[in-house]
Amino acid sequence: MATVELRFSALPEHVRTARLVAAAVARRAGVDESVLDELRLAVGEACSRAVALHQRNGRDGAVRVALTEQEKRFLIEVADEAGPAHAAGAAGGGGQEDEDALGLAVITGLVEDVEVGHGDDGGVIRMSWTISPASADA
Amino acid sequence: MDLSLSTRTVGDRTVVEVGGEIDVYTAPKLREQLVELVNDGNYHLVVDMEGVDFLDSTGLGVLVGGLKRVRAHEGSLRLVCNQERILKIFRITGLTKVFPIHNSVDDAVAATD
Repeated sequence: MATVELRFSALPEHVRTARLVAAAVARRAGVDESVLDELRLAVGEACSRAVALHQRNGRDGAVRVALTEQEKRFLIEVADEAGPAHAAGAAGGGGQEDEDALGLAVITGLVEDVEVGHGDDGGVIRMSWTISPASADA
Repeated sequence: MDLSLSTRTVGDRTVVEVGGEIDVYTAPKLREQLVELVNDGNYHLVVDMEGVDFLDSTGLGVLVGGLKRVRAHEGSLRLVCNQERILKIFRITGLTKVFPIHNSVDDAVAATD
């Protein structure tokens, strides 16, 4: 089970909330202060991408952010309900796809451990960070 | 925190001072501002990002869009930024090669191609 799970309507105004919650939970879990900025940005990118996919595919639904604290890693999973991957490609315009690519470039540039997958309901981005033992003890 | 925008003219340059967070929610406001400036004939823009707390790829997209617009009029778009965490986003996306980035508004205003 996730330590904290957040579900929000796929709207741009809620992405900031997801960033703030993710950073707060990560800090508490002992993720190093120096990578919190990156984590916040990566979560924001993943959520923005999810919101954009919903809008592009004309789908309502929610974005789910699962924050899981393990012994040595902190996991973040961002899942959308925007439909299968091919629907996104078919409906997307050039400019939107550029922004999508830029968002993914930022995520893969920032996060060492990242995996982008697709299911029947939509896409999912899984990311993880090391928990530094020193701060976890504090 | 929301996005704050203010513009002023310095010589032939228009300085856009941006503050707060540029993300998927607020970036459209910045886009509107840049489009309006270009439509009004301001083709040499300096975007001062010293007051920006957060920037994501949506914001980068808006800045690239602004650059494209001014270049269509043989204009320029320069950025002012000293914050490492913001500069890092430009670096990992390779956009440091696309935008001239300056340490101060004075430098950006004085710069010529």
